[in-house]
Amino acid sequence: MSYVNEVFRGAVAIAQAFGVTLKALLSSPLTVEYPEQPAAVYPRFRARHELRRYENGLERCIGCMLCEAACPTGAIHVEAAENDPEHPTSPGERYAKVYDVNLMRCVFCGDCETACPVEAVVLGHDFELAVYNRAGLLLQKEQLLNPKAPNVVVRAE
Amino acid sequence: MDWINLILIPAIKSVILVVVLLTGFAYLTWVERKLIGRFQQRIGPNRAWKFGLGHPIADALKMIFKEETIPNYTDKILFALGPGLALAPSLLIFAVIPVGPTLRMFGKDIPFVVADVNIGLLWVLAVGGIGTYGTVLGGWASNNKYSLLGALRTSAQMLSYELPMGILIIALLLTTALGTADGSGTLNLVEIVRMDRPWWLWAWIWLAFPLYFICMLAETGRKPFDFPETENELVAGYQTEYGSIKFALYYMTEYLHVLGASGVAVSVFFGGWRGPFVEQFPGLGLLYFTIKLLAMVFLFIWASASVPRPRYDQLLKFCWTFLFPAALIYMAITAVGVVLL
Repeated sequence: MSYVNEVFRGAVAIAQAFGVTLKALLSSPLTVEYPEQPAAVYPRFRARHELRRYENGLERCIGCMLCEAACPTGAIHVEAAENDPEHPTSPGERYAKVYDVNLMRCVFCGDCETACPVEAVVLGHDFELAVYNRAGLLLQKEQLLNPKAPNVVVRAE
Repeated sequence: MDWINLILIPAIKSVILVVVLLTGFAYLTWVERKLIGRFQQRIGPNRAWKFGLGHPIADALKMIFKEETIPNYTDKILFALGPGLALAPSLLIFAVIPVGPTLRMFGKDIPFVVADVNIGLLWVLAVGGIGTYGTVLGGWASNNKYSLLGALRTSAQMLSYELPMGILIIALLLTTALGTADGSGTLNLVEIVRMDRPWWLWAWIWLAFPLYFICMLAETGRKPFDFPETENELVAGYQTEYGSIKFALYYMTEYLHVLGASGVAVSVFFGGWRGPFVEQFPGLGLLYFTIKLLAMVFLFIWASASVPRPRYDQLLKFCWTFLFPAALIYMAITAVGVVLL
């Protein structure tokens, strides 16, 4: 009798397995077709740096070099200069004349972001960093100010 | 000699059949990959052309243009013979399967079967048995332990599961005695498909289908019984040393076996090309057969997506302690019933 019971239970288990796969067949696929569709990232995701601006167009960066000091790998290089009072680049006294990021060194720790007193440098959501040569990984101020996505990334906290 | 009826028409029919089967095989791989994908909530191949329909063509081209290697330590003649010996029988099975009713074309009655022979089902069993040689010889000739183990497993598995399968087929043949006029039954698949059976006989025949289906899975070496290749134990089993088009031939064999086994099962269990309105429009028979065949193939793929592979001893134990006695009991009851009726 126990043998018949075992056979019966096995048959039920297999029928259940068929049911599970059938349910999966009838539901829609979970695949994100990544290069065609954008891949969703979490709000706190840290990828390529972005230098943000104020709404009136002025750069937030005041050239204080705290990010350069905070960077554990020495990936950031900043050179500051005095603002022209007639046409200021940033609201403070000084602005960043040179702002270079070496992505080959960067470990995306986010310390620069924490150190920044004016929330100018932010690790954005653009993670498509592959390039064909090393020079492409040495980002300069123009590239950081004009990232591909609009300049609206704000960390949740 | 009536060479048109004896040679020309069968030749044309077999050429059409082979072309359809080989294209069908290619797109069967597409259907399987797509379906398995959906079973696992993926999309499946979708890069080449619309819905990934170009993938089978790309695969075929890739296979043909790969370097063909024959390792030094193999038995070269058998090594080259293996894939062909596996492929040819899998094509031959289809010779006796009626894919449609007799049609009147060009002023001739043309039956939609290549060979209307009276040993139909025996032919299927015999040719299917030869197909095992291709796998076993391929594995043996490779002179490689994984290949040899795969080949040995294949032979044990095929021999074991041929037994319950044969007994179930005997039981089904016994039921054909109720349908023929002289009460002696028939082996001819064309006649088996044509036979009118009462509903209770159909119900009794379908009762055997789950058992028969398990045997079919094992005989074709499909998942969950894909012990001939078991990639996580034996690399690729009997086809480890094969590459290029020889590998493709083995691959083809597997899918043609699925098509052949489905064709036989559809003819024996589900009335082949028969369906509503097929008497008025014989052309519909072809459509019904295709639909039933695809449904059977779907069942194969569904099973492979649902059930994990058992251990090898479990496979044989299941066959000898459950499938074989169950088939014997089924045959005994059928025999008694047929005698009493």
